[in-house]
Amino acid sequence: MVQVTTDIPVVPPAQRGYWSGVLSRLRRDPVAMICAVILAALVLSAVFAPWLGLADPYQGSMIARLSAPGTPGHLLGTDEQGRDMLSRLIYGGRLTLFIGLMPVVLAFFIGGTLGIIAGYVGGITNTIIMRVVDVFFAFPSVLLAIAISGALGAGVLNSLVSLTIVFIPPVTRVAEAVTSGVRSLDYIDAARASGANALTVIRVHVIGNVLSPIFVYATSLTSVCMILAAGLSFLGIGVRPPEPEWGLMLNTLRSAIYVNPWLAALPGVMIFATSLCLNLLSDGLRSAMNVRD
Amino acid sequence: MLSYFLRRLILVLPVAFGVSVVCFALVQIAPGDPLTAIMPVDATAEQQAAMRAAYGLDKPVPVQYLIWISNLLQGEMGRSIASGRPVADEVFGAVGNSLLLAAAAAVIAFPIGTFLGFLAGYFRDTLLDRAVTALSITGVSVPNYWLGIVLVIIFSVNLGWLPSMGAGPGGSQDWQWDWAHMRHLVLPAVTLAVVPIGIVARTVRALAGDILSMDFVTALYAKGLSRGDVLRHVARNAAATALSVMGLQLGYLLGGSILIETVFNWPGSGFLLSNAIFQRDLPLLQGTILVLAMFFVGMNLIVDVAQAAIDPRIKRS
Amino acid sequence: MSATDQPLLSVRDLKKHFPIKGGILGRTQAMVQAVDGVSFDVRAGETLGIVGESGCGKSTTAKLLIGLVDRDEGDIELGGKSLGRDISLRALRRDIQMVFQDSYASLNPRMTILDSIAFGARVQGLDDPVGRARRLMARVGLDPDRFAGRYPHELSGGQRQRINIARALVMSPKVVVLDEAVSALDKSVEAQVLNLLSDLRAEFGLTYIFISHDLNVVRYISDRILVMYLGEVVELAPVDMIWAEQAHPYTRSLFSAMPSMDPDNRTQKPPLTGDPPNPIDPPPGCRFHTRCAFAADVCKARHPVLGPMVQGSPHWVACHLHDPASGHPRAGQGVPA
Repeated sequence: MVQVTTDIPVVPPAQRGYWSGVLSRLRRDPVAMICAVILAALVLSAVFAPWLGLADPYQGSMIARLSAPGTPGHLLGTDEQGRDMLSRLIYGGRLTLFIGLMPVVLAFFIGGTLGIIAGYVGGITNTIIMRVVDVFFAFPSVLLAIAISGALGAGVLNSLVSLTIVFIPPVTRVAEAVTSGVRSLDYIDAARASGANALTVIRVHVIGNVLSPIFVYATSLTSVCMILAAGLSFLGIGVRPPEPEWGLMLNTLRSAIYVNPWLAALPGVMIFATSLCLNLLSDGLRSAMNVRD
Repeated sequence: MLSYFLRRLILVLPVAFGVSVVCFALVQIAPGDPLTAIMPVDATAEQQAAMRAAYGLDKPVPVQYLIWISNLLQGEMGRSIASGRPVADEVFGAVGNSLLLAAAAAVIAFPIGTFLGFLAGYFRDTLLDRAVTALSITGVSVPNYWLGIVLVIIFSVNLGWLPSMGAGPGGSQDWQWDWAHMRHLVLPAVTLAVVPIGIVARTVRALAGDILSMDFVTALYAKGLSRGDVLRHVARNAAATALSVMGLQLGYLLGGSILIETVFNWPGSGFLLSNAIFQRDLPLLQGTILVLAMFFVGMNLIVDVAQAAIDPRIKRS
Repeated sequence: MSATDQPLLSVRDLKKHFPIKGGILGRTQAMVQAVDGVSFDVRAGETLGIVGESGCGKSTTAKLLIGLVDRDEGDIELGGKSLGRDISLRALRRDIQMVFQDSYASLNPRMTILDSIAFGARVQGLDDPVGRARRLMARVGLDPDRFAGRYPHELSGGQRQRINIARALVMSPKVVVLDEAVSALDKSVEAQVLNLLSDLRAEFGLTYIFISHDLNVVRYISDRILVMYLGEVVELAPVDMIWAEQAHPYTRSLFSAMPSMDPDNRTQKPPLTGDPPNPIDPPPGCRFHTRCAFAADVCKARHPVLGPMVQGSPHWVACHLHDPASGHPRAGQGVPA
């Protein structure tokens, strides 16, 4: 299923007004805009869920189990314990989106740092970092995530850790490739020739020139991470019950497919919609930034 | 060619070593005492120490690794805590089933993906191209464990055409090539094929588009070659890259089938893995991950060498 | 030697060999002898031109001087202080600066040119980096009010190279290494930039090391010329002397390959043929013997040493033809016309 490639994004050099151009191109891209609006709605409703006047997502009812969508009082029906589906889906966005996006953010910083160091310093430092990265590349991402989560056991923190470990190597590889490209340019030599130390050269001259490609690449990982994160919970090695989380809800509702099949599919629709929007928005960003592979 | 192969083989060794370290580390990072599952609750301190020594757990971690890896090299992967059977027996039986599933998915995905991708690349910027692109981005965005459930709802629950779980009418063992068994394969294989269809289509589209815009294609038309002859040239140029993508996909299919096997109760390595996780059967977990990762490493090696055999440009770099 | 004769920059036996990795285990297979035992002195206020074919080690020498490439062996002394022993690389870099060939690649595309110029002054903790940068911009002919906030891609090649020169000067260095600094410019722009360099040299009392493959340009700006071949110095002489007489056969062929402006003075002698030998495995003896019309047995056997043509002459050459004791059949007769 989901997997990770490391095509290195080639971002054109910054020009005056580049970013405002990117924004205006992005704004004129209807698909990207719709996705951005949907994602924003998902994030905002998840964040502000307690103030939306929803039913208690933990409050079950033995008599109102698995009621169909459209049942009075339960717009989207109830789950196998009689808890309100709408409320659980919206509350579920909190953990799902957090575990689905945070690992990429963490991997962006950790992998980016490692890759920039490896690419800038080169030599034995590069060899050590990149050989370790190669080892992690030997595992398909799904397998690695499940292996680490399976060993660590279920839990939000464990899922974060395992997914972050999964995404650090690809980000590192891209960051290293981009940085060693920049490293060979004369302006880096000129900066070094000024007597600046490595840290200053990296801070002032390298980061600004490698960040965009690494960022673009990281956005392309969010959808994979989302699917994997929910997948871990679906397997029972992610979020623990009774927390509302889309993957976990999909798992517990599986037993209901003979009673109320479409109810069981609902949490998956949320995962699908989010992942699709993330992919489309990332693609939109790439073309708005004139990125070539 | 041979020297390229040897060079690649030698590059694989440190990776394989690293993979073994990661698999060994999985047990080390697992919380709790690995022996709690088999240790009697009322074991005395002496009994506990004896047990620890029997499993070599009293030794320093690097020594434990060396013992583990030397056993491994002799084909000894330990015993499953849950079933008591040798891990190797359990894993290789299951991997066979997983391979069957992955191969079936590949048989579905590769031709469809190639066909769609080629159509899109050949008719670039047409409605057809956009439709294929939309399809492939949907394919890579869909959580396939959910798709599996949806297919079960449609074809098993509502229509009742296909079975929803297991690998055969008589349970999970003894696979046979008859319809009674093969109908069990249809839904999981189709589900598993969706993502690679999207990826292969995207790759082939980019490849075909790139190659068709190259100067040599114009030159071929200028030479008076027919459309079909030109396409043969294009296909040959695209073959190396396309094959390498597909080879890797096969590896991903095997590693990625875990969730799908859980959905369909397919008795493969993923199913084994999730059982191992829930029974805290760490030797089994470790063994399964190791075999799957090593398979993936081997697949990578084969793909690289095969690609070099097809594409003369690669050998030198 | 009096105190005033003391060279500002002194280089002794500079060596840099790059490893070539390969084979099944990726071991070091061979070494490229990019720079192999280069020595020279540069006096304060002087301009030393370095010429040679591409791949002869000119650029590596430049990068060694300012520590962008780590030397394997050799000493670099600036004002009598040895790099690494008496002064740090950071301190050296304040006194030696460099201008690169590619005016675009040597400027950070995401930095305004004012920031690019001021960066070095900031790094070295000099006071008023912005003021320095603006004054230098004005001095190299770019109005700071108009250009300070611009980005490299908004300037022409000549303008960018002026910025690179200003950037090199911001720390008030003593020595500026110009590595093919005008080679990529249009001829008219090249002349302007060369004039600017001459003016700046006089105004700031600079010492230049001017690396180029264009002999006419080198002649225009240099006081002395150093000729490199395969990582070694083969000839070193004041510009007038070398123009009058090229002592080394390699220098001779280099000069004869130069197109003449005078159609009656077109060279009839064959220019240098063939490619330079592989620096991974340079020929034994004199490295030029494989392409030299005057090569004798001694040239294959013994490595000629760089020395004055006659006792006390500032014209130095590394060729057995000029050493009466070398055993070369034409020894002492010089290069035949």
